[in-house]
Amino acid sequence: MDRFGFISEAAIRQLARELNLSRADIHGVVSFYHDFRTTAPGQHVLKICQAESCQAMGSRNLTAYAEEKLGVDLHGTTDDGKLTLEPVYCLGNCACSPAIMIDNKVYGRVDQNKLDSIVDACGARCES
Amino acid sequence: MPAELDVNRKVTVYVPCETAAVSLGADDVGEKIAAHDNVNVIRNGSWGMSWLEPLVEVLVGEQRIAYGPVGVDDVDSLFEAGFLEGGEHELRLGDITELPYLKNQERWTFRRCGLIDPLSMDDYLTHGGFAGLQKALAQDPEFVIDQIKASGLRGRGGAGFPTGIKWQTVADAEGEQKYITCNADEGDSGTFSDRILMECDPLTLIEGMIIAGYAVGANRGYVYLRSEYPLTRRVFAKALVVAKDSGWLGEDIGGSGFDFDIDVHLGAGSYVCGEETAMLESLEGKAGLIRYKPPLPAIEGLFGKPTVVNNVVTLGSVPDILALGAEPYANFGVGRSKGTLAFQLAGNIKRGGLVEKAFGLTLRELIEDFGGGTASGRKIRAVQIGGPLGAYFAEEQLDTPLDYEAFTKVGGMIGHGGVVVFDDTVDMAAQARFAFEFCAIESCGKCTPCRIGSVRGVEVIDRILADKDREENLNLLTELCETLIDGSLCAMGGMTPFPVQSALKYFPEDFKR
Repeated sequence: MDRFGFISEAAIRQLARELNLSRADIHGVVSFYHDFRTTAPGQHVLKICQAESCQAMGSRNLTAYAEEKLGVDLHGTTDDGKLTLEPVYCLGNCACSPAIMIDNKVYGRVDQNKLDSIVDACGARCES
Repeated sequence: MPAELDVNRKVTVYVPCETAAVSLGADDVGEKIAAHDNVNVIRNGSWGMSWLEPLVEVLVGEQRIAYGPVGVDDVDSLFEAGFLEGGEHELRLGDITELPYLKNQERWTFRRCGLIDPLSMDDYLTHGGFAGLQKALAQDPEFVIDQIKASGLRGRGGAGFPTGIKWQTVADAEGEQKYITCNADEGDSGTFSDRILMECDPLTLIEGMIIAGYAVGANRGYVYLRSEYPLTRRVFAKALVVAKDSGWLGEDIGGSGFDFDIDVHLGAGSYVCGEETAMLESLEGKAGLIRYKPPLPAIEGLFGKPTVVNNVVTLGSVPDILALGAEPYANFGVGRSKGTLAFQLAGNIKRGGLVEKAFGLTLRELIEDFGGGTASGRKIRAVQIGGPLGAYFAEEQLDTPLDYEAFTKVGGMIGHGGVVVFDDTVDMAAQARFAFEFCAIESCGKCTPCRIGSVRGVEVIDRILADKDREENLNLLTELCETLIDGSLCAMGGMTPFPVQSALKYFPEDFKR
């Protein structure tokens, strides 16, 4: 997962063989956990917290703004393959809500401007 | 000693390495300060005053003078103001220990957080680290369990089960192989005390786990850490190495002949894996489906062996109970809620952060005196305590004292101590709907009330909001809630109705739009 970013159908077959389990067993585990995906994500993964503490500080609006800015819904990847937008239920940064995480780095008190600069900086890294 | 002299010439500046501080730019601030050659930057933990992060401290003489919140753009002006000598500046907060937010707390489990470099064994030992373990190892396991029982410590993960009794059950269970598992799957929104302890004083958790292992006769510990905490993972992994390198973890700990080792397993984004039996399934590499109880994990837990499942804060409270005695701990609190709880102020709150207090203060004292009201400056309308499965409280209930029993009486639960504040712009029907939506997303699917009931709950609320057969659907919602409470296998389905019912009861006007 860490290396490839997703678990392909071929990997599921291989895992089943190596662990002497059925493909259904492996599929059950893969599909159970939100972190596991069967298709490749974008170059960067942006997670916006959807839980109560962040809701109290405007995460619903922030999510709608991100969706519009990137032209994708939650779970979607931008057409250029650069960014995948994901929901997350709590990053434990609740005293500094709303929180987001991009490529495992957490940001707190994120407003639209801050989201813009974080996402744009990440886009620039893609270009270079 | 030339090296030490050199350090002495430099001014010590503390910049926290904890997630909230880093999420607000502490790494950049630390780097910019460290670029000056007359300073020695120490990345300490956080004091838990998240609203002041990044909170920078300068050691002036014996005193630590705090400045915060410090942004990267403030660093130049801090140097100009002579902050290395404790100079005046608009961000100057003075002696950190004199700030009322900190001074008015009863720090026990979190007493070293912020004070020390989390990865310095010297710091840890200087401030009383491993005193509890040494005392434990010099006594019988039974003595250790008796101390925990006498302290009145209850599980801080949310359920509040007496820790000493759990340990006794595991100690009495038959079997060569037993396990200590630490639940660090802190999934409740509004909670971050596990994270703060593991990032700011990780050796305390390690010490607590070793003591638990000694008490019940287990030599293997597993920490189940959620994947949403990447920084915690890095800090804790380093702390394990520090403990091993100094002989406090692994074989023959402290020359006692007792062996104990700890492994960290990462979650994968599932909320229900914070339920103890789902966590055990996940630790075994399976999907996190909950197990029927009985058998209790204490009898048949991880890989079918007797297993202690304790939360991070529970285990982290153990070392000082041994070191300082059960009585000082039990002297905190009220009734059957002994000791302290690390409350976490979150959501729309002016001064969000961690407040470790003895049980018994009221919600209002916590939110107003410590929290300073809402961040938006508007009126408080609702407060959710205990995570997504906790009830919503209305403003007029804020005088409820914070203890397990008082909360149960009013239909709430303290849970893991998370307090999420909402101002008067909140739509409580949307919050009730979200409770079901979240349950539908996170249900493990094992029992029908939770798996199906959560989906139906969203639909019923949508019909009520669309004004379709209102009365009939309100009755249906009431029945559905009862079915979930009575028929679900675990707290996920069994408590999802609490936020829904409380929203309906105290904020009925939001359902009549």
